[in-house]
Amino acid sequence: MLERTVLIGSTHGLHARPAKLFSQAAAAAGIPVTLTKTGGKTVNAASILGIISLGIGHGDEVTLAADGDTAETVLDELAGLLLVDHDA
Amino acid sequence: MELQGIGIGQGVVVGRVVRMPDPIPDPVAAPSALTPVEEGDRVAEALGAVAADLLARAERAGGVAGEVLEAQSMMAQDPSLVDDVTLRLAAGATAERAVFEAFAAFRDMLTELGGYMAERAGDLDDVSQRVIARLGGVSAPGVPDRGHPFILVARDLAPADTATLDLSQVLGLITLDGGPTSHTAILAREKSIVAIVRAVGAAGLTDGDEVILDAANNLVITSPSAEQLSQAHARVAARAARTLAPVSPGRLADGTPIPLLSNLGSADGAAAAVALGAEGVGLFRTEFLFLDAVTAPTVAEQRSEYERMLRAFPGKKVVVRALDAGADKPLAFLNDAREENPALGLRGLRALRASEQILRDQLEALAQADAATDADLWVMAPMVATVEETRYFVALARELGLKTAGVMVEIPAAALLADRILRHADFASIGTNDLTQYTLAADRLLGSVAAFQDPWNPAVLRLVAEVGAAGAALGKPVGVCGEAAADPLLAVVLVGLGATSLSMSASALADVRATLADFTSEQARLLADLALEAEDAASAREVVTTQAATFLASSSHLNPPVQHTLERY
Repeated sequence: MLERTVLIGSTHGLHARPAKLFSQAAAAAGIPVTLTKTGGKTVNAASILGIISLGIGHGDEVTLAADGDTAETVLDELAGLLLVDHDA
Repeated sequence: MELQGIGIGQGVVVGRVVRMPDPIPDPVAAPSALTPVEEGDRVAEALGAVAADLLARAERAGGVAGEVLEAQSMMAQDPSLVDDVTLRLAAGATAERAVFEAFAAFRDMLTELGGYMAERAGDLDDVSQRVIARLGGVSAPGVPDRGHPFILVARDLAPADTATLDLSQVLGLITLDGGPTSHTAILAREKSIVAIVRAVGAAGLTDGDEVILDAANNLVITSPSAEQLSQAHARVAARAARTLAPVSPGRLADGTPIPLLSNLGSADGAAAAVALGAEGVGLFRTEFLFLDAVTAPTVAEQRSEYERMLRAFPGKKVVVRALDAGADKPLAFLNDAREENPALGLRGLRALRASEQILRDQLEALAQADAATDADLWVMAPMVATVEETRYFVALARELGLKTAGVMVEIPAAALLADRILRHADFASIGTNDLTQYTLAADRLLGSVAAFQDPWNPAVLRLVAEVGAAGAALGKPVGVCGEAAADPLLAVVLVGLGATSLSMSASALADVRATLADFTSEQARLLADLALEAEDAASAREVVTTQAATFLASSSHLNPPVQHTLERY
C-alpha cells in the first residue's frame, strides 16, 4: 500500500468544481484509490459525494492510498491535483 | 373561456401550453415486491439514463451552468451512492425508496457542513428527483425541453428555474401563484416575456392547449375562436411595428426632462436597452455576479463585468446597486444563519456590513471600472433604514474613490426620514416593490397576499411624496427604480410626487415615454394630489385614469390627436 499526504491548495477547499476534477481523475486512474481526511473518515477517491461530504477545507491535510503497479504514478498525479488552487 | 390573472407588461402572444411538472412526492417506505437484483437493475438503468441526460445538458449549457450539470451527472453515477443504494435494496427497499433515502443521507451530510457544501444540497435533491421520476416513468422536474417554443404554465418558478430558462423556447409564462413583483414577473419584464401571474384558473390547462395570453388585458383565452386568433395576431404585429418607432429622451408635455433609465441584471442587456432609448441605467443589479458563485468574485472579475456595462453607456448615468443578498436571494457566504423572517433579517446593507470586505471589494472594483471608462457612475446601498447606515455607506464609498453615493429607499423608515438621509446621501432611489411590501406588511412573493402588493396604494404614494419633497428641498435627485415606474400612468403620478428620473425594464420604456409626453408638470402634480387623497389603490388608479382622460380631451384641440394614448386607457 502506497500513501501520499498533502495539504489542500484550493482556496475554498474541495467543493464542487475541485471535487469534480479530482474524483474524475481518480475514477480514470483504473485502480481503487482512497482518500482519508486526517482525523476524519476514509472515502473512495472516485466518489464526488464521498469527497464533498468530508467537508475538506483549504489547508486541510489528507492522505491518498492505493495498491498496484501504477500506484506510484496515480498517486503523484492525484496529489498534484490536490495541491493546485482550482479557485485561482 | 377567459381566465383572469395579473398581466405583466402590455404584450399579447398566441401559443400552445406546456405544463411544468409537479414536484414528485416522497416514495413510500413499503417492502418491494421484486428481488434486490431486479430492483438493482432498475436503479442502474435509471441512474445511467439520468447521468447521460445531465451530461448532454451540461454540454449544451457550457460555462458555470455546464459545470454544475456535469457535477450532477457524476453524482448520479457515484460509487458511494451506488453502494449505499445496494445496501438498502438488500434490506428489501423499493428502488424508488432506496434512491430517495441514499440521496437524502448525502444531502443531510452536506447541509450539516454548511457554507459552500450546503449549496450543493439542492443539486443532489434535483438529481434524486430526476432518478425517481425516471423509475416511475414520469416527467423529470424542472422546465421541460420540447424542442419547439411554448407557453409555460407553472405554479411558480424558482430562481433556479428562471436562471436556466431557455428564452428562445418560451413564448410566454403563466403562473398560478406569485404577485406582480415575484421573480417570475421581474424576469418576464426584464426579458420582455409576455406573462400572466396569479392566474388561478390556469390549473385546468393541459399540455397542448392553444391559448391567447393577453397580458395587456390580464386575460388568458382558452379555446380561442378563429376571430379571436386573427385579432391577437394583428395586435402582435402592431406591437412589433411600434417598437420600431424612433426614440427620444423622456420629457413632459411642457419640456421638463425626466430621464428614462433602464433596470439591468447584467451587462448582456445593455445594447438592447440602448436600442430602446434608455438614457442610462437607473438600477444595475449586481447579484448575478454572486448568485452562482461559491464565494464572492474577485475584484478583478467584478471590474471586468462592470467595465463591460459602463462602456455601453459613455457619458451616461449608470446607478449600480451594491450586492443585495438575503431574504429571497440568499447567498451562503453572506447569510448562513436560518432566519424566521428573512425579509426582516440580515439582508441588503446589513448583510454587507457584517461581511465588510465583500462590500469593500465591490466598491473598489467599481471605482477601478469607473476610472477606466467614461460613464457617470453612481453607487447606492440596498435596504437602508437609518441615517447612520446612510453615513456609513457614503463614507465608505468616498473612501474608496466613488464620487456619487446614495441610498435605496425601500424601508418606510428611510422614506419618513428622507429629509435627514438626503443631507448625507447624494441621491435617493425609491424601490417601490420592497417599499410596498414593507408598507403593507405583505410578502411580495406570496400569492395569497398579492392584492396588497399594489404601488398605487396612497400609503406608498405618501412615502414617495416624502422623499420627493426632501429631494426638492435639498436639491438632490430622487429616482424611482421599482416596477411602479413601468406603469405609464403611475409614472406620471410619481413625477408629480417629485421623482426626477424613472428606471424600468427596457421593454416598458416606449409606453412610459409616450405617456409622459402627454402631461405637463402642473398636470402631473394635480394627478399626484388626486392619488394621495384616494382611499385605496383601486380608487387612486380610477380617479387618476378619469382625470388623465379629461386632461387629454381638453388638450386635444390644441395638439394633434394622440390616438395611441387614448387606446391604452
